[in-house]
Amino acid sequence: MNKTIITVVGKDTVGIIAKVCTYLAENKINILDISQTIVQGYFNMMMIVDTNAMDKHFGQMADELKTLGESIGVDIKCQKEEIFDKMHRI
Amino acid sequence: MINLFEVVETNEMITKENLDVRTITLGISLLDCIDSDIQKLNEKIYKKIYDAAKDLVQTGEEISREFGIPIVNKRISVTPIALVGGAACRTIEDFASIAKTLDRVAHEVGVNFIGGYSALVSKGMTPADELLIRSIPLALSSTERVCSSVNLGSTKTGINMDAVKLMGEIIKETAEYTKEQDSLGCAKLVVFCNAPDDNPFMAGAFHGVTEADKIINVGVSGPGVVKTAISKVRGENFEVLCETIKKTAFKVTRVGQLVAQEASARLGVPFGIVDLSLAPTPAIGDSVADILCEIGLEYAGAPGTTAALALLNDQVKKGGVMASSYVGGLSGAFIPVSEDQGMINAVEAGALSIEKLEAMTCVCSVGLDMIAIPGDTKATTISGIIADEMAIGMVNQKTTAVRIIPVIGKGVGETVEFGGLLGYAPIMPVNQFSCDDFVNRGGRIPAPIHSFKN
Repeated sequence: MNKTIITVVGKDTVGIIAKVCTYLAENKINILDISQTIVQGYFNMMMIVDTNAMDKHFGQMADELKTLGESIGVDIKCQKEEIFDKMHRI
Repeated sequence: MINLFEVVETNEMITKENLDVRTITLGISLLDCIDSDIQKLNEKIYKKIYDAAKDLVQTGEEISREFGIPIVNKRISVTPIALVGGAACRTIEDFASIAKTLDRVAHEVGVNFIGGYSALVSKGMTPADELLIRSIPLALSSTERVCSSVNLGSTKTGINMDAVKLMGEIIKETAEYTKEQDSLGCAKLVVFCNAPDDNPFMAGAFHGVTEADKIINVGVSGPGVVKTAISKVRGENFEVLCETIKKTAFKVTRVGQLVAQEASARLGVPFGIVDLSLAPTPAIGDSVADILCEIGLEYAGAPGTTAALALLNDQVKKGGVMASSYVGGLSGAFIPVSEDQGMINAVEAGALSIEKLEAMTCVCSVGLDMIAIPGDTKATTISGIIADEMAIGMVNQKTTAVRIIPVIGKGVGETVEFGGLLGYAPIMPVNQFSCDDFVNRGGRIPAPIHSFKN
């Protein structure tokens, strides 16, 4: 398992999850967990995904998701899980 | 599994509170480059550093990208050049040629600083040590990225006052040599007492002779994160305050540990230490002085500052030590003036003097750092300031340092702009009374007694 955390932050609009999930499906990225809230009109989503079966390398996925985010007006960030794990778990 | 709250907390630290890894520093031993032929020596040094560090910057950028954490600087530290060049260098120009080689390879591999143009003279100077020290003005004025440091004393050996006297003159000379750039050379020159072998921070980084052939040391930062955390416990007692700082320091240091382990694995170089530091930058919200204000002071320098800094420094260490498998370097809060907007504000408001800064250095990491003083300050006065700071380090068994910049052509009331991470600084007044006869005595101050502590 190769876990990556994808965060999506931006103004709420129709189809954000659909677009992100389509990209993930096309690239053989498996979603393990999704949580999402709307705070003061702002869409805030976190996905935990497994990139093990993906053919692209990490940087390419991060760039493509960022571009996808820009096209729908949200900020999409990809980070390997370890940074959160290290910081919040002993 | 990680939850949304934790992810948001980490990312807010990075995006809003300037959490970053300040530096990955690759330490490289140059002892196996020693040669009596200066040209061969330079060639060997270039090759060894280039081969070891060619992937450093790219690896740093990859780690930064994958974890989403900025890694601000990638740097190199090398064996003190006085040891490496001793057999080959007969003139100051010979030593300066090594500085130029270091500068060239730093440009080639893309690191922004290379440290280790250094001499360790805490007890005495060899002819090579003295020659290197005398070459510092030439070396720093003819290079861009080379940093120089000199260890002048230690708790075990006392203080080498001959070298303290010489360094007062060398700092003035370096200021003169670089006066066209507001004496910038002095920002790349630091003197130490009890210099650590594994410090990743510039200008004082060098690769000690007790270290392995290559090593990865990482310096973390995060004053903004600590400030934000303690702003949430405003008005609470010291127990709550200290617990909050400790927990925050733990989180910040964990990121450093992760980056250090990753860099070590990817470069195939052993992991040395994480330096638990609060290193400010001139960016708004990235200030150690602001933490002191948040603790309850109107400005850094107000009564209570030394106590506030002492608790901050101690809690950062307590939180950080558990977060990392190996801790070393300088580890603590840095209090540079020009690199910290809150410090600059305190000086401009008249709240902070060199004397108060000296008191603060008794309880925190390093010492008098990035302080601009009038260009007409006498060399002996600079030596006196250095001697005071070295004495604090020697007696208290801690590292202390002086990085002071006599800005040629400028006086109190003017400001000096260094640019980038080095920031800008108002020129601070220096005590005008003479210490000539003290500095001119020559010789050594003996090591202090290690018992009867009062």
